[in-house]
Amino acid sequence: MRIAVIGGGPAGLYFGLLMRKADPSHQVTVYERNAPDATFGWGVVFSEETLGALRDADRVTFDAITDSWARWSAIDVKYGGETIRSRGHVFSGTSRKGLLQILQDRCRDVGVELRFEVDVAPDALPDADLVVAADGVNSAIRRARPSVFGTREHVHGTKYAWFGTDLVFKAFTFIFRENEHGLFQVHAYPFDARTSTFIVECPEEVWQRAGLDLAGEEDSIRYCQQLFAEDLAGHSLLSNRSSWVSFVTLRNESWHDGAVVLVGDAAHTAHFTIGSGTKLAMEDAISLAEWLERYPRELERALTFYELDRQPMVERFQQAALESAAYFENVRRYAGLEPIQFASNLLTRSGRITHLELERRDPPFVAAVDSWFAGRPEGSVAPPPHLVPLRSRGVTLGNRVVRWPTGEDDAKDGKPSASLAIRLLDAARSGAGLVLTELVAVSPEGRITPGTPGLWDDRHAQAWREIVERLHQETDARVALLLGHSGRRGATRPRREGTDRPLREGGWELVSASPIPYTERSQIPKELDEAGLSKVLDDFRRAAERAERVGFDVLEVHVGHGYLPASFLSPLTNVRTDRYGGGPEERLRFPLEVFDAVRAAWGKDRAVGVALTATDWTSQGTLPQEAVATVRTLKERGCDYVHILAGHTVPWDRPEYGRLYLVPHSDRIRNEAGIATLVGGNVTTSDEMNTILAAGRADLCVFDPPPGDPRGGSFVYAPSS
Amino acid sequence: MRVGIGLPSTVPGGAGRPSLEWARRADRGPFSSLGVLDRVVYESLDPLLALAAAAAVTSRVRLVTMVVVGPIRATAVLAKQAASLDALSGGRLVLGLSIGARLDDYDAPQISRRGRGGRLSHQLLELPECWERGRIGPGTTASKGPEVLVGGLSGESFARMARWSDGYVHGGGPPRAFAGAASKARAAWRDHGRPGRPQLWGQGYFALGDQDTVERGAAYLRDYYSFTGPFAEKVAAANLTTPQAIIDFIRGYEDAGCDELVLLPTVAEPDQVDRLAGVLASL
Ligand SMILES: Cc1cc2nc3c(=O)[nH]c(=O)nc-3n(C[C@H](O)[C@H](O)[C@H](O)COP(=O)(O)OP(=O)(O)OC[C@H]3O[C@@H](n4cnc5c(N)ncnc54)[C@H](O)[C@@H]3O)c2cc1C
Ligand SMILES: Cc1cc2nc3c(=O)[nH]c(=O)nc-3n(C[C@H](O)[C@H](O)[C@H](O)COP(=O)(O)O)c2cc1C
Repeated sequence: MRIAVIGGGPAGLYFGLLMRKADPSHQVTVYERNAPDATFGWGVVFSEETLGALRDADRVTFDAITDSWARWSAIDVKYGGETIRSRGHVFSGTSRKGLLQILQDRCRDVGVELRFEVDVAPDALPDADLVVAADGVNSAIRRARPSVFGTREHVHGTKYAWFGTDLVFKAFTFIFRENEHGLFQVHAYPFDARTSTFIVECPEEVWQRAGLDLAGEEDSIRYCQQLFAEDLAGHSLLSNRSSWVSFVTLRNESWHDGAVVLVGDAAHTAHFTIGSGTKLAMEDAISLAEWLERYPRELERALTFYELDRQPMVERFQQAALESAAYFENVRRYAGLEPIQFASNLLTRSGRITHLELERRDPPFVAAVDSWFAGRPEGSVAPPPHLVPLRSRGVTLGNRVVRWPTGEDDAKDGKPSASLAIRLLDAARSGAGLVLTELVAVSPEGRITPGTPGLWDDRHAQAWREIVERLHQETDARVALLLGHSGRRGATRPRREGTDRPLREGGWELVSASPIPYTERSQIPKELDEAGLSKVLDDFRRAAERAERVGFDVLEVHVGHGYLPASFLSPLTNVRTDRYGGGPEERLRFPLEVFDAVRAAWGKDRAVGVALTATDWTSQGTLPQEAVATVRTLKERGCDYVHILAGHTVPWDRPEYGRLYLVPHSDRIRNEAGIATLVGGNVTTSDEMNTILAAGRADLCVFDPPPGDPRGGSFVYAPSS
Repeated sequence: MRVGIGLPSTVPGGAGRPSLEWARRADRGPFSSLGVLDRVVYESLDPLLALAAAAAVTSRVRLVTMVVVGPIRATAVLAKQAASLDALSGGRLVLGLSIGARLDDYDAPQISRRGRGGRLSHQLLELPECWERGRIGPGTTASKGPEVLVGGLSGESFARMARWSDGYVHGGGPPRAFAGAASKARAAWRDHGRPGRPQLWGQGYFALGDQDTVERGAAYLRDYYSFTGPFAEKVAAANLTTPQAIIDFIRGYEDAGCDELVLLPTVAEPDQVDRLAGVLASL
């Protein structure tokens, strides 16, 4: 086969040599626009796993690379005047220049033709059976046919510059430094006996405030050298075309078009904070060479299998890289965390390293995190974070696990059913620290379905008292009441039949912030007038008083999911022109009045939380930053925690049910508003809980073990003898 | 996990009477269901008519659409057809719905593509109202109407499924892809406060036989998915063409929590049913 490789970076060179090695009858030419020794950038990093793949693919390159390797196993986090070290992360680094040198030499040895200082134009591709576009992130070949490849680009909100330094770091080092312009971070790692990579990154507005948008290369170096003088300890920063740029995450739906195939950065990029670009580029080369060897006469098939093989892997890294990048874009948010928690958060930022994986790598580090989290002296035995008690006012939860059984709409006239009691009891018996009820209505009109339990009557209180007493007697769980009013989502059929299907008969008149029906099928709710508003407040107050007498430990007010209080919060459902409608403050007025009424009626010694919509999941609804402002206000009024919810404000929202989909909202609210949070949303393992809690992304987790988990994915009552 | 089989109603040579013989054999075999696909602009059978014919020659298997493109059909007419199929089959219909993947299927019947997601939501809301007490009859076997599934990979699709249907129907792919979608389906179900859990249906393509059979299967998939551009090649490459590949696939889906996996044919010879039955027997 005649193969033309455009681009002599790691992907192009490695692919070329692997093809020649596999079959010397191939004619392989690599075209590189630069001279052999001209290259940008400093060092690159590989993990153990990648090294294994490189060893298997070509032992000669592997040996040459590992001879020149810098190896280390520690990560240092310099933050808040402390350096926290975590070990057990085996990395190897080398200089990009050295790597390319090795690859070029090896290419020559196996008979790859290298043609330097040839800039290949996309409309004048060399005549070949296969054209490999290894021409980097700005690939002209790809850009010449964006629709064929289905290219999507995401430009990140930070600026970074890739410097070197003659200081040899002992570990992969993250440095955080703040000055009058803002917070800067450094990603630094050694790559040979004399030099380290030193990448400086900051948010775009900080970069502008610092005047770096106008600064030349020397001024930039001077600025950074001064800012990081203490960390550099007299060493200097070195430049190599180190301009400030924004990272672009690049995706392509398809990686080949006829006989043209994309590899490496031309096909995909993953934010540099997980340092995997070169690794992915070289793994692409291995995969492509393998499939071509397997199907030498079926090019289309080989290229298809190459894509099938590589795309899922690359997507996983891109997802992790996006999470990592988001962490660094928002790192200012974590300025309040203790250094040890800050470090734990940093190390688990991308989702690739969990609490458990961290423990495997560095048991002492995790022991230190866990004892810090448990408030025990360092070196003592501490439970994992999810089993650490939490105290709020006079209530102590035995652990951070919350169970929240789904309702089955089986109450009679608001009186909780026997099976509801059993669901709660089973949840409590699983060992959870807190059990949260389904929505309990403050009035008959506040029910979602006729089977919604309530607390508007003393007979309900009696039934609840029996349930709560039994839970307290038989388990260590504390019990939280979720108090709410369905508003415009009331008078619907049992949710076995779906949500928001209006009752055929026996419905009641609905009320809401504004007369907008939930679906086209729904009743038009009545806009609550002053008298109606004060009745609702009264209902909440009385229910809270009853709840206190019943003996609930915690009370949670439902201001989410488009129910009555939440309908006031969102501009999508509140178009009032009185003092309860308009800007965010007016829209918050009624939910606050509800909260105040409940807080006043509820014992000072017991915790009150709010289940709150963090985002409406639509482009026009409540924005995440508005939710932060709302929570700040709630906190001032004596709210102890926020239970993070999203969506359901309108039935045409655009939710996202990816992995741990509510955690980013919890992270933001907890760390920007400074309040405890309870988060669920597909939290299915104790490792996930430990990771979330230790990193300071939430304080409590709604735990939903998957079906088949003996801790009870189902809430069917199976008495244990 | 139950395993069903598809009708060759979209496969060259299958879109006619061969589908009937296929249905008879499937009904006698170890399969739990017969599945059909929907496509307007293609040489294929209408999915509901194909299942009506299948209903007449079978007595046991469930009849599942994977899926019917809802928004290109008037809701009351769709409700009527589904109720009819339910009555003709003795309550064996499972109605999978989604917005479909092809824009020309909207253009041909001159239905606007815009707002199709919202229209599907509306249909899901309306269908039970139509079925209620045989208003748009015949009366269905279950009073709430046939079981309804929803497909799609967007967050809105999962929400729609969780709000207004009985479960999720996945569009195909390796077990890992199914597992990811299943986890989202469960999360959406839980998020919407639905009791119990969603029914999870999966699908995959197969062709069993000699090299010629395998190649015809791949050629059909390339053609059927040609509108996706280069993706078609990937679908063709993933066709299950050996007993071991089918067994691995079934095990993978079972581990991923699938309730019912429907294996769709890519060639039309009825002996495919027997070959697949043979593979299942070896499990
Ligand atoms: C700040 C930063 C830090 C990074 N750190 C790491 C790290 O620690 N670890 C890691 O693994 N990766 C890292 N990377 C990523 C890594 O640099 C790239 O992912 C990797 O180099 C991709 O290899 P490639 O061969 O696909 O492309 P490139 O290395 O970009 O090579 C493309 C080559 O093609 C040539 N070329 C382009 N157009 C033409 C043309 N028309 N004709 C001829 N030649 C052409 C270019 O001159 C270039 O030599 C980092 C990236 C950045 C930005
Ligand atoms: C019951 C219902 C009400 C809707 N109301 C609005 C609305 O008030 N404003 C709006 O922008 N979109 C509304 N939509 C959403 C749009 O009609 C449309 O479905 C949505 O923008 C998604 O478009 P797509 O499905 O074509 O991608 C509503 C959808 C439904 C189902």
